[in-house]
Amino acid sequence: MVAAERATGAVAIEVRGLCKEYKRGVPVLRDISIAFPDRGITAVIGPSGTGKSTLIRCINRLVEPTAGQVLFHGLDMVKLRGRALREARRRIGMVFQEYNLVERLSVMENVLSGRLGYVSPLKAWLRRYPPADIDAAWELLDTVGLTAFANQRADALSGGQRQRVGIARAVMQHPALLLADEPTSSLDPKTSVEIMELMTALADSRRIPVILNIHNVPLARRFATHVIGMAGGHVVYDGTPEGLTDDHLKQIYGGEDWLE
Amino acid sequence: MTGATLQARPPAFLPNWPARLAWIALAIYTVYAASLLDVTWARFVLGLEQGARFISRMFPPDTAPDKLALLAKGLYETVEIAVIASILGILLSLPIGLLAARNLMPPWVTWPTRLFVVLCRSFHQVIIAILFVKAVGFGALAGILALTVASIGFVAKLFAEAIEEISMKQVEAIRATGAPFMNVITYGVMPQVLNRFVGFATYQFDSNLRNSTMVGIVGAGGIGGTMFAAFQKFDYDYLLTILLAIIALIMLSEVLQNWIKKIYR
Repeated sequence: MVAAERATGAVAIEVRGLCKEYKRGVPVLRDISIAFPDRGITAVIGPSGTGKSTLIRCINRLVEPTAGQVLFHGLDMVKLRGRALREARRRIGMVFQEYNLVERLSVMENVLSGRLGYVSPLKAWLRRYPPADIDAAWELLDTVGLTAFANQRADALSGGQRQRVGIARAVMQHPALLLADEPTSSLDPKTSVEIMELMTALADSRRIPVILNIHNVPLARRFATHVIGMAGGHVVYDGTPEGLTDDHLKQIYGGEDWLE
Repeated sequence: MTGATLQARPPAFLPNWPARLAWIALAIYTVYAASLLDVTWARFVLGLEQGARFISRMFPPDTAPDKLALLAKGLYETVEIAVIASILGILLSLPIGLLAARNLMPPWVTWPTRLFVVLCRSFHQVIIAILFVKAVGFGALAGILALTVASIGFVAKLFAEAIEEISMKQVEAIRATGAPFMNVITYGVMPQVLNRFVGFATYQFDSNLRNSTMVGIVGAGGIGGTMFAAFQKFDYDYLLTILLAIIALIMLSEVLQNWIKKIYR
């Protein structure tokens, strides 16, 4: 039942035959195969508990897949161990639903922690980052509008401000791919749109492909350039946002009363 | 609101019979154990009299210059034992506590580490001090080693528990940047536990200060030896001087602790 339109052109990351069972015999992801386009924003939509988060976390291996391949620039992420895995992770930025900032560190320290894959433990502990990193951090703080908050602790910020820091931290990695796990679900509608605009602008200007979990369909339609629909651990739609019909949504979320 | 619908509902609060029985058993045992002590009114009155005589012999405190010099030397050694044992104990507890944290380490690392920590905590400081006096001879070194071991027993356990309570979300975020393990520790873990670590460390220092007045009784250095000698020679006025000095020392440490905790809130 997958929609006819398949992404053509270059691929940012490709998932093949991905399966995940947290408990044996209870699959969350059932044989997922998707090629994510290497430009624009790909929104993964679907009801809660359908494995959207698991899918995104399997890509950078915060969750171990049970079976399958995750092909990223010629590497199979699933097979990587130790240093090779860390080096692959450095090139994949991640934005989280609950921001996941280090609450007791300053905004600047949180943004610079995007460089922790490159800076040695001693230098990181002494806050001896390369000057280029610090310049880049200031520049990003300007972009996200938090320059004045650089030395405040992250726990002093509002939700929207925290997510801006989260985005700045992910972009600090100079990633080849940006993952975002429900980045707007903890935010109010106006802030959600602002955060989506910020992410789209950064992804555009820096040419970073984004994979985004989201259950807000209007928001997905408004910002995404590509939509993956998931239900029951399967992909049920893979195409453009314009091609997404009410029939698809019925299939993804079940029922139809909510579509009114 | 008929009887039938009322009966259909389960009770809103279920009784916890195991907990009730445990409380009743504890109460019965306490009464029984107290009955074994043979406390009588006559004995209590006699005790009051003897206590009063003891206290009256303590006044005024002995402030002879030679006694004060002895006191200063003992106190200095006590502080020395407490400071060195606390620093050694806390520094060793940092890696040990991390290795014992079950949310960051696999079971084959945490179990042996936890066993070691329990062993360090099994015996009272004075018993460990006796062992070290036998091993390295009389003096402050035995006290330092004894209190270091005891500190590990407590602080490493508290460190491990603090680490087990952190938010793994922050750790996950640092891990996702491709950071090596040590960077995950210094950025994802330490900021979350640092202020609690400082609290445990100052508490242990306070505890070590008091314990280091004790280990002298078994010859492991500090004011305890002098205090025990004064007690045995019925030098109760000098004993009071020593007790007052210890109280002053503990109060000073309290002020210092509050000041440190304020810095690392």
